[in-house]
Amino acid sequence: MSFSRSAGASAPTPGSSPLLAPIKRRSFIKYAGATAGATALTLASCKKDDTTTALLDVGSGDVGVLNYAYALEQLESAFYTQVLAGAYFTSLAVGSAEYQLLSDLALHEKIHVDLLRTALTANSTPIKALSFDFSTISFSDRTTVTGADKMGVLNAAQMFEDLGVAAYNGAARFFSNVDYLGLAGKIVSVEARHAALLRDILVAGGASSLGNGFVGADVIDSSTTSATARMEKSLLPAAVLPKVNAYLATGSQLTAPSLV
Amino acid sequence: MNIFEIISEIEKVDPEVYDRLDSRRSIFKHMSGLGQKLTAAAVPLAFGAVLNKAYAQTTAAPGVVDVLNFALRLEYLESTFYNLGLGTIGATATAAQTTFRSGFSTTNLASLDIIRLDESNHVSALIATITALGGTPIAAPNRTPNALGVTGDFDFTGGKGTGTGPFAGIFTTPATFLAVAQALEDTGVRAYKGGAPYLMSNKDVLTAALNIHSVEARHASRLRTMRRAGAANNTASAVAPTNSGTNEADRSASPKSWISGNDNGGPAPAVTAPVYGAGTAPAYTPTTLSAPVFPAENNVIQGGVTLSATTLTATANFPTLSYSEAFDEPLDVPTVLTIAKTFAVTGSTFFG
Repeated sequence: MSFSRSAGASAPTPGSSPLLAPIKRRSFIKYAGATAGATALTLASCKKDDTTTALLDVGSGDVGVLNYAYALEQLESAFYTQVLAGAYFTSLAVGSAEYQLLSDLALHEKIHVDLLRTALTANSTPIKALSFDFSTISFSDRTTVTGADKMGVLNAAQMFEDLGVAAYNGAARFFSNVDYLGLAGKIVSVEARHAALLRDILVAGGASSLGNGFVGADVIDSSTTSATARMEKSLLPAAVLPKVNAYLATGSQLTAPSLV
Repeated sequence: MNIFEIISEIEKVDPEVYDRLDSRRSIFKHMSGLGQKLTAAAVPLAFGAVLNKAYAQTTAAPGVVDVLNFALRLEYLESTFYNLGLGTIGATATAAQTTFRSGFSTTNLASLDIIRLDESNHVSALIATITALGGTPIAAPNRTPNALGVTGDFDFTGGKGTGTGPFAGIFTTPATFLAVAQALEDTGVRAYKGGAPYLMSNKDVLTAALNIHSVEARHASRLRTMRRAGAANNTASAVAPTNSGTNEADRSASPKSWISGNDNGGPAPAVTAPVYGAGTAPAYTPTTLSAPVFPAENNVIQGGVTLSATTLTATANFPTLSYSEAFDEPLDVPTVLTIAKTFAVTGSTFFG
């Protein structure tokens, strides 16, 4: 199994792929191997209630956090894939601010998904390709229509990006491998940049005198006296997954009993 | 016991001793020259100095408090910057500050005031955390400006105390202010990212640092959006990056809300290029950090894989720049301090 997914396309440069040079210390990938055996993904069936659908366990330790991140990125990426095909996006002028924004976000999230899957595949078994349920999002509406029961595209995008930031920040404590922590750090600040721009758009369009949507009180501790004043409100997996599972199809919903 | 027996003994517990000494070969040469002049008894002393140097620089990784004090230096820099330009929190703005504030749109000014508030609170939070850990927070810098807008420690024009550096007019020209603000926030994001690995021993502190890190990233994004549209634009987010966002040369004046390639060196490439450039792995790397590298922001190698449509097969036809945009890069402590010194007054020791 190779970290590189280019098998059959073109041979990787010798040494460029950590798995082809197993002695290389800087590869963060090799560390996953140590825990891979202990992280066989299981379907945790609920014994108390037969009607409860089985949940997918992301696993424990470094691999568990990577799978958790992989799942979040899959969700974001799948969302943007539908956005790009939806009536709202396809009505935008090519080159308009929101066209460029959503195009970039779709690219970034797809790259995150592919890198995380590649990293996991190298030494472990990534969780499966998830199935989604976006029935509560309207891909033809720019923002949530007042009184409607579906979210608009920009509102949903903001919600997913904010959730990603809170999730990465909250899960970092479960890494034991410093290189994985580093990789997550490289991703989370890009998610925060995404979130800030989306919030900027939504606030500027609705309440221009505020101007503080990018660090709104729903995502930042708005206190100026608490120990966490003006810091991001990070979330542990147990708080994130119910929000994530709302957009995952039956059979793809997640649990993270080891990441506590 | 001669020197080579000593090295041999050390090698039993540290197989890399030759590498450590070899990387400082110039010192070794120096010592051999000394040996001809010094008495035999003095040589072990000189050799001891070499060993101290070899080991001191490779083992003294920053501790949790060291990293927090490092972050505190940067937060003081940022906080002072916004207070000098926009007015000190809680104080009445001076006439000059009031005039300066009128150069920003309503939404932009509100955002800048929020950022000012955030940085001030980050200073307080770091001081509280360092104290709670039993550490000693660094002394506050001199934050009182003279007639040139220069404090005893900071000159935000980059003039080293003259007030006439490359960012002259920093507190009278909104565009210049936003350019420096972007550089400071982007530096902050890289600095926290580079410091995080040294906080893993304390999970709560690590989480707190990351919770500041992402707020800095939100600031940077907002400032970049403002710069893209201009300081006086009230709906900055409606403005697209020029050239469909595909030409890095446009990113100095028209940045995306995230870093694209090296952003062409940032807002003022002659001064800000290091903010987006490569760092240097410090010699004091702990062994848990497996050969850290600090590439420039245009890096496309993640986890040993060169990202492309070949290696990530589901990304066919993606623009080359998108692979760098999807990841921010950390920066090492010494490089960050060197960047921070851009805004230090000559003679100030605040950044070492």
